[in-house]
Amino acid sequence: MKESAGTTGLILNEPLLWEQGKKGRCGFSLPRRDVPSSPLDEKLIGEGPDFPDLSEVDIVRHYTRLAQWNFGVDTGMYPLGSCTMKYNPKTNERQARLPGFSGAHPLLPAGFSQGALRVMFELGKYLAEITGMDATTLQPAAGAHGEFTGMLLIHSFHKKKGAPRTKIIVPDTAHGTNPASAALCGYRPVPVVSNDQGILSVEAVAEVMDEDTAGIMMTNPNTLGLFEENCRKIADIVHGKGGVVYCDGANLNAVMGIVKKGHIGVDVMQLNLHKTFSTPHGGGGPGSGPVCVKKHLEPFLPVPRVIQRDGRYALDDDYPESIGKVSAFHGSFGVMVKAYSYIRSMGPDNLKKASQLAVLNANYVKERLKGTLHLPYDRPCMHECVFSDKLQTAQKISTMDMAKRLIDYGFHPPTVYFPLVVHGAIMIEPTETESKENLDGFVEAFEAIVKEAKEKPELLHEAPRTSKVRRLDEVAAARKPCLAG
Amino acid sequence: MLYLPHTEEDIASMLDAVGVDDLDGLFSMVPEDCRFKGDLKLPEALTEWELNDHMEALAAEMGVSPTHKVFMGAGSYEHYIPAAVSYLLSRSEFVTCYTPYQPEVSQGTLQAVYEYQTLVARLLDMDVATASHYDGAAALAEALLIAARVTKRTRVAISSLVHPLYRRVVKTYFEPTGYDLLELPYDNKGRTDVSDLEKENDLAAVAIQSPNFFGCVEDLEAIGERAHGKEALLVASFTEPLAFGLLKSPGSQGADIVCGEGQSFGIPCSFGGPALGILASKKKFMRSLPGRLVGQTRDLEGKRGFVLTLATREQHIRREKATSNICTNNSLCALAAAMYMASLGGTGIRKLARLNYDKAEYLKGELRKAGVPATFDTPTFNEFVVAFPAGFETTYGRLLEKNIVAGLPLGRYYPELADHYLLCATETRSKADMDALVREVRS
Repeated sequence: MKESAGTTGLILNEPLLWEQGKKGRCGFSLPRRDVPSSPLDEKLIGEGPDFPDLSEVDIVRHYTRLAQWNFGVDTGMYPLGSCTMKYNPKTNERQARLPGFSGAHPLLPAGFSQGALRVMFELGKYLAEITGMDATTLQPAAGAHGEFTGMLLIHSFHKKKGAPRTKIIVPDTAHGTNPASAALCGYRPVPVVSNDQGILSVEAVAEVMDEDTAGIMMTNPNTLGLFEENCRKIADIVHGKGGVVYCDGANLNAVMGIVKKGHIGVDVMQLNLHKTFSTPHGGGGPGSGPVCVKKHLEPFLPVPRVIQRDGRYALDDDYPESIGKVSAFHGSFGVMVKAYSYIRSMGPDNLKKASQLAVLNANYVKERLKGTLHLPYDRPCMHECVFSDKLQTAQKISTMDMAKRLIDYGFHPPTVYFPLVVHGAIMIEPTETESKENLDGFVEAFEAIVKEAKEKPELLHEAPRTSKVRRLDEVAAARKPCLAG
Repeated sequence: MLYLPHTEEDIASMLDAVGVDDLDGLFSMVPEDCRFKGDLKLPEALTEWELNDHMEALAAEMGVSPTHKVFMGAGSYEHYIPAAVSYLLSRSEFVTCYTPYQPEVSQGTLQAVYEYQTLVARLLDMDVATASHYDGAAALAEALLIAARVTKRTRVAISSLVHPLYRRVVKTYFEPTGYDLLELPYDNKGRTDVSDLEKENDLAAVAIQSPNFFGCVEDLEAIGERAHGKEALLVASFTEPLAFGLLKSPGSQGADIVCGEGQSFGIPCSFGGPALGILASKKKFMRSLPGRLVGQTRDLEGKRGFVLTLATREQHIRREKATSNICTNNSLCALAAAMYMASLGGTGIRKLARLNYDKAEYLKGELRKAGVPATFDTPTFNEFVVAFPAGFETTYGRLLEKNIVAGLPLGRYYPELADHYLLCATETRSKADMDALVREVRS
């Protein structure tokens, strides 16, 4: 095995928090007591939680060691398909931490919150411009939360017309969140199968679209990384029956400045600021899932909305047709600051360039790896490409084996076994922030692994070896759940 | 551009490998009539240094500590955050990774979330806690959806002293489901009046916040008995988890599901988000919980390790039959809370909670002496309601000019409580700050 960068290091053991510490230690500088103690009814007093007592040094070492067991974008290439694991600029973190933003109470009077309101107002406008839509809500806290908000908007739209609908079309290539978000809103998802080109045909949609169908949830580019070429005609069919076109915007990174969704028939879409707009994913959030809409859905957006009047910004609750609220306050404001900073740092030209390079990187990897791995849809792709383990099955090597072996070569594995329409899928999204050298290194690692699959398959079955732990028993974890210590 | 590593030479050789002439050629599968031909109307790029100036100017327009004294809680609390917590939380291995789908290279996040789940379960006296949700409001909505699912009932009673904005979120979540909400009024003690429960026989749950929106401590145990008598679940909500360092936990008082906001634990107010939705339950509801759960297991050498588990509840496996649509949650906020709870420890949280109680009691006492007694004669934590004399708006405005926010006016949320204000004092409000507020109120 060729020595790869970033593959060896010091891994220290570290026990659980409550397996250490001593009663009476404290890692917190208790504020000076400048008021007397007041009486409190004994009946109300509890025993207090059974937390371990630790010093600051204990805590710092604990989490520093834990951090070293993680692989992040800052550690190396993280080509997780559908997740857009691009580099997270450090200046964004700095801006979100400015005391004026991080210390702000959400219910401050408008006179004390002009800066935050302006960031929200402008960000909403930028996102509407990038997507070609008319208005934006920033309140949803994640992509799936945005999808749910979008479904609520569609629900209110049909209800206002006096004809609520019960179904919604969801293609088989959709993210799992799509049918789940629709179901949470009471819709029955109607599946449509993509064609042999990996995209939706006009006929397949026409066949199921009727006047009890609220609309369609499309992902474009879809989860095979392919552009839905028939999207305009599909939108016409859905609109023709009074339906609404929803676009899952998780894959917006492919088309900034290249396609405006609002111009091609989309009525409502969510964006994932933690994907396209470079905010970090934090090991599973916080994210932010703004929703952009066309004019006819605007009255239903969540409240309060940020408005501008005479150069001042304010929060306005007066939208009687609004769906209400999806977050207690304004959503993930800290994440919005980071996305705003990113857009201001990039400017219009670099945003377009980012999409072009994201597509270039994906196509480059696709061209270099095809032949090594099976490519089920051999067509130009957008920002990601999907392979399968078909060529390796003869050697009893699975997608998972290759994914785990990549870890030993210093790369985070791609998304595996998704989309469901490709058996043993390997979904690679390099993003624009990986250099040609990194992509070459990744391709060479995959080539070496495929060679190992033929010559020394046990290396793959036993991978990974360089991580903190080896392969974990997930079946046992689910059979006898141990969720707290 | 510093985030785009491609040189012109790289681009040329990669285009060559792909077999297209230029960057536009990469988009051949996008039909002509789908292409945007113009330029995005966005401001031109700023340098890092220009961005710093711009953002600092915006941040300077905000009214925050230490220049401003904000006596407002209402679901977002100013607490001190140890430098160690902020520092550790900025470790990029925690910040720049995805949901831990590949557990071998995500053990840091997984162990930290497992520890978070454990500390939360201990804090609330529950068996299981999820890996996190968006905020306290979303956690409450999800908790009530669980109750409806497991009891197969469609009606939920919710106290009018649950945070008004949380109730608004619950209403939004419930609107398309056909579930209906019964709002329980409050009594003259500032606690939920549960007498309406007598005539209800098909409730999925009774949802109570304690300490409630007025800061008053509810008698969860008594309400729980009434709920259980009707085979409804007791869903206990909270906005200030620090209270359980001093007061009885919801689990010890019979709650079946506990949900709330964890922002107080090491997470800055940040204009309301990101926040931390906490959701915990008795073991019997474990398989009905929405969202991520981390469990302990072993690797093939027998070493302890952690994985995401019970995924058969979740959207990526079950699609429309999942317990929820949640995918991304608020993992990094959960880590902040775990680091904060670990910093306090059992000894520290007791002392800090007591100090918070005493601060608010001090302010309450001084206002009483100034002729402004607390409206409700019930023990409170951190915050309480007072009725200022009619026409106090003018004084409130004058105080704003002195950079003091004298609580949250309640008339907007409770029209019958015009002239009433919800005041909050945590450990961050000094005696001098409080004395200054009382002096201004007197004058």
